[in-house]
Amino acid sequence: MKKIFSKYETYVLIAIVMLGFLINSVNANFFTLENILDLLKSYSFIGILSIGVLFVLISGGIDISFTATATISMYVMAVILNTYGGNIVSAFLIAIVIGICLGLVNAVIIYFFNIQSIIATIATLNIYYGLLTVFSGGKWIYTLPTWFREFAQVRLITLSNQAGGTYGLSIITVMWMLIAVISWLILRYTMVGRGIYAMGGNKVSAKRVGFNLLKSHLFVYGYMGCLAGIAGVVLSLLVQCVAPNSIVGKELDVLAAVVLGGASLTGGVGNIVGTILGVILIAIMNNGMTLMRIPAFWYDVFIGCIIIVSVSASALQQKKKAFRKIAIEDD
Amino acid sequence: MAEKFLSLKNVNKNFGGVQALKSVDFEINKGEIHSLVGENGSGKSTLIKIISGVVRADNGAVIEIEGETYKDFSAIDSIRKGIEVIYQDLSLFPNLTVAENIALGEMIATNTKIVDWKRVHQIASEATKKINSSLALNELVANISLADQQLVAICRALTHDVKLVIMDEPTTALTRNEVDDLFVVVKDLQSKGISTMFVSHKLDEVCEIADKISVIRDGVKVGTFSNEELDDDKLTMLMTGMEIDRENYSGDFRSKETLLSVRDLKKTDNFKDISFELHAGEILGITGLLGSGRTELAQALFGLNPADSGDIFLDGKRVRISNVREAISMGIAYVPEDRLIQGLVMDQAVGKNVVITILHHILNGFGLIDRTKLKERIDTSIKSLSIRIPSVDSPVNTLSGGNQQRVVLAKWIATNPKILILDGPTVGVDVAAKAAIHDIVRGLAEKGVGIILISDEISEVFRNSNRIMIMHKGRIINEIDTSETTEEIFRELMGLQCKGKQ
Repeated sequence: MKKIFSKYETYVLIAIVMLGFLINSVNANFFTLENILDLLKSYSFIGILSIGVLFVLISGGIDISFTATATISMYVMAVILNTYGGNIVSAFLIAIVIGICLGLVNAVIIYFFNIQSIIATIATLNIYYGLLTVFSGGKWIYTLPTWFREFAQVRLITLSNQAGGTYGLSIITVMWMLIAVISWLILRYTMVGRGIYAMGGNKVSAKRVGFNLLKSHLFVYGYMGCLAGIAGVVLSLLVQCVAPNSIVGKELDVLAAVVLGGASLTGGVGNIVGTILGVILIAIMNNGMTLMRIPAFWYDVFIGCIIIVSVSASALQQKKKAFRKIAIEDD
Repeated sequence: MAEKFLSLKNVNKNFGGVQALKSVDFEINKGEIHSLVGENGSGKSTLIKIISGVVRADNGAVIEIEGETYKDFSAIDSIRKGIEVIYQDLSLFPNLTVAENIALGEMIATNTKIVDWKRVHQIASEATKKINSSLALNELVANISLADQQLVAICRALTHDVKLVIMDEPTTALTRNEVDDLFVVVKDLQSKGISTMFVSHKLDEVCEIADKISVIRDGVKVGTFSNEELDDDKLTMLMTGMEIDRENYSGDFRSKETLLSVRDLKKTDNFKDISFELHAGEILGITGLLGSGRTELAQALFGLNPADSGDIFLDGKRVRISNVREAISMGIAYVPEDRLIQGLVMDQAVGKNVVITILHHILNGFGLIDRTKLKERIDTSIKSLSIRIPSVDSPVNTLSGGNQQRVVLAKWIATNPKILILDGPTVGVDVAAKAAIHDIVRGLAEKGVGIILISDEISEVFRNSNRIMIMHKGRIINEIDTSETTEEIFRELMGLQCKGKQ
């Protein structure tokens, strides 16, 4: 029992439940299975990205360029599908390959030029978006193959509501959860995963103990790219079109979700369960604001505040550590 | 006759024209505790690096381990031969558990791909058993004490078939009791036939633990001595090549006015019942184990960690010190324990660091910095403390530890303080620089500055203080006058009081 309450994730869960009840008291539509499943589906995009960002944060870095990676992946995928045709597997494969390549570019720049990851990825964010705009001319793609559009409607479980409509557990949500499970296994049970934690905890020591930091960098940013590619396909499934500028600025939402889930911006700390809870909290916040008719601008204010609070919290913790407690002896 | 484990002959090392080591011979027997001492830049760390295979010796060196001769000795050879280095920073992962920290190296060495957590715990508990320690394997390293972290680093070394453990300055951050515990571990390794190379600045500890002591000076080995042949003073002379004046400080202060008087100062979780007086020209030593509240008390007097209750009188007037600015304006200066974090702007020029505390005194009529005054102030400071630097524009992080410490001192002396609080002023500073810093401090006291000298090095406090207060668990438990006792008696007293109370 004590162990549960010493865990950060417990508090996020409590926040989610309390917020849920608050929203439900204003709008009773909130706590319906339909709304919840719908929310999980539409947040799969952020959810998948957040897992990639978690890996990067644990390794002690940060990635800002993943929205550009996701956009390029889905754009190129859509162009190839429309020109040559294909199926859902090839759609994902194309996006994943592009995503990994762009991620590896980040890894190479950060490792070999020893540039701070935030600077490097802000630069590549601009480069990627710039190149995409040049080659695409900023054109939206509305026509996607029918089989592609229909894949978005696949459900593993289908239920019907009182009004006669159907809803259920989407395959997209299932993909997010599958990715979460695989990522959890990687982080917990592989030396690659432990190496990411080690690198985030103490880079110099990681090298001395014998971890290959180049490999770790390639894996972390490559995995981020891979998930960004998958997220790109998921987004185009969700919105049923491809726009080169639709997710500009979403970086902070994802970052805030991961940080809310307990990952530290200074590296070495964070886990999958927390990250999923962080995404859910953000989702409820956004959805609740809509249901409670609060203007959407407040959402951006909220996201900004989370990041400031998180950065200050880790700074405060370090300051607190500087002052030791001494057991004064009473006689 | 003991069996030889490692022998180095005719080791030379030239780094771009600088001769770091000159035909050094070095030997270590199985199960021997061998101490290596020398000042900063004497070639100590180069020798460690050659033994660990990180640096190759120049041609002509002969390295022999357990009868096997190497012409070219690499890091992998070193690890295969069971040589493990425990670096000063311990190289641990604060975000991982004790068990994982211990087992990681072994898992990488055996090319593990999938982590079996049972095996992690098994490796860790076997290693902890070897030194009879009861570390909490599931605790994060960030949450355990520095002494336990040291043990974790040792355990990690023991996961391999280790024959020689090289400890680089292992006791810098440990309290006296923790050092004793570490020594028990080292002796225990010895009984298992494992050799230890103990590299330290703390000469009293070296004399206590080592069977043999090798002294290095300017890249040349002065000699290897058995423990019985040496004491602190003789070692100092061998290391520096000069006799350092170690006469006790006996500056007169009783006739002078009281500068500072503290009554019943208290701070929750830090210290309580603190009362004392400090006279002009007095050096008041404060000693006690790490975590005795001595640093917290110093920070309270400097406004960094204001006290909850109690009174502070300056020149007889009751004052409140609630922040650093107030403390500085009242003429109090503080040289912190960790000069690297709190004391200096490391990548800024020496000159800028020196004047940083007195910028408001060197402004011209427009409120801008007056270049001439600036230069004057920097020059006088650097000259008076004989800081050796290539130029006032060189960044502080290019200086040696001793010179850095002098820059911190210069910075505070520039404010003309009435009271100077020094917390561990010579931690990590070599013997010659140490003596120079002591001279500066004594000089200031003779000019009438009241000095509080905090240190856990017994000979340092004893030889440089008029009176010494011993702190333990947040209280002052004893006060002695150094003119009425001897260093030996004081040393015994410290040992008894701190151990007896725990």
